[in-house]
Amino acid sequence: MNKPKLALYWAASCGGCEVAVLDVEEKILDVAAFFDLVFWPCAMDFKYKDVEAMPDGGIDLCLFNGAIRTSENESMARLLRRKAKILAAFGSCACDGCIPGLANLTDKQSIFRRVYEESPSTANDAGARPQTHVEVPEGDLEIPEFFETVRTLGQVVPVDYYVPGCPPQPPQIVAVLSAIMEGKPLPPAGAVLGAGEKTCCDECGRVRQEKRLKHFRRPSEIEAKPEECLLDQGIICLGPATRSGCGALCVKANMPCRGCYGPPPNVEDQGAKMISALASVIDSQDPGEINWILDQIPDPAGTFYRFSVPGSSLHARRR
Amino acid sequence: MADFEPRIVGFLCNWCAYSGADLAGVSRLKSAPNLRIIRIMCSGRVDAALVLQAFRLGADGVLVAGCHPGDCHYQEGNFKALRRVLLLKRILRDFGIDERRLRLEWISASEAEKFARVSTEFTEEVRALGPLAAVDYPAAARQTGEEAAA
Repeated sequence: MNKPKLALYWAASCGGCEVAVLDVEEKILDVAAFFDLVFWPCAMDFKYKDVEAMPDGGIDLCLFNGAIRTSENESMARLLRRKAKILAAFGSCACDGCIPGLANLTDKQSIFRRVYEESPSTANDAGARPQTHVEVPEGDLEIPEFFETVRTLGQVVPVDYYVPGCPPQPPQIVAVLSAIMEGKPLPPAGAVLGAGEKTCCDECGRVRQEKRLKHFRRPSEIEAKPEECLLDQGIICLGPATRSGCGALCVKANMPCRGCYGPPPNVEDQGAKMISALASVIDSQDPGEINWILDQIPDPAGTFYRFSVPGSSLHARRR
Repeated sequence: MADFEPRIVGFLCNWCAYSGADLAGVSRLKSAPNLRIIRIMCSGRVDAALVLQAFRLGADGVLVAGCHPGDCHYQEGNFKALRRVLLLKRILRDFGIDERRLRLEWISASEAEKFARVSTEFTEEVRALGPLAAVDYPAAARQTGEEAAA
């Protein structure tokens, strides 16, 4: 069997990236014909020991989705890094941390307290917490450790390519896989694949005005005009600070861009870029009024860093 | 904690605050040596990313200083700085960083004494807050992950 070997893995993720791979529709048959699928726990029955048995570099391409939340995620990231010639961070979780990464705005203790004590459906009078080792008559049981913070794949192992998106859009997945299947020369390691080189605004057809904002509104508070820039209407749209590639999907559905394609080229901190841009167009010079306007943004860090807390400059809440 | 010396990064605008700092030096005014000054053309040039990067690289405090309102060499760059700092303080709060670690001041070219007072005052304020807790993670390694591997 000389077909190139393909592996897909999920770490801390929702499974949407796996579905996105299947959303390439009949193209999946070409993928299955071209590649030898050697590891895809979500879709087929493989065991970790199957991967361990492979020679180092024995996998030609590994699409790794999900962030690094537990010791299991980390050891799989290290294992697949060793086994894969090309390791791609697939989807926003692996690239920037995404929604699981919002947990970095709180801490492990608070998460455990909420999940194992305070949540309304929990009955845990003993205050039990998950332990990494439990002795039972049959022997020692081990479950993975829950880390203090969520990390991106690139913060744990060297990554060859980044494929952003929550999830990456099927046409972009096809473009990435086709490039590899056709044997096209690949860009240098560290490049972003399956996305554009501009911002989401460049793909948006709405009419823009000179921005002067006195109010911020949540999408549920007004009926947004479909032809006008959402930001001009006071709806926080992360388009200006988000990489192009999705075709401005959300904006076309009259919802603001939330920023899932990550920072545009040459930007490290997506949230900071949006903060700078937004602060520039607030129409006030009075500190009191500015604060009154800013009060209309209910969750600043969660808004500007919805998909990129772990990948941002600050990474996590200080304790 | 007794021997803690705060590291403070100061972004000072070329036309007012930096000139004020310069005058403080020429006038031999005494001020805290903890402030690492970076001269920029306008306080409105201070991108939020620069402030956050300073904190990431170990600053315990960040000072942004520009011209008084109405005096900006570029008309209204200092108002941009004002709005940015007010928004950034909210972000810092969400990340568990005391918002007093980020300070905005208006210092004119003639206000050498104000510069000396602000830098000393801010140093003492940050000293009282203590060192900014570090986060144990490999520094932003988005590009290639090499830092993480090293």
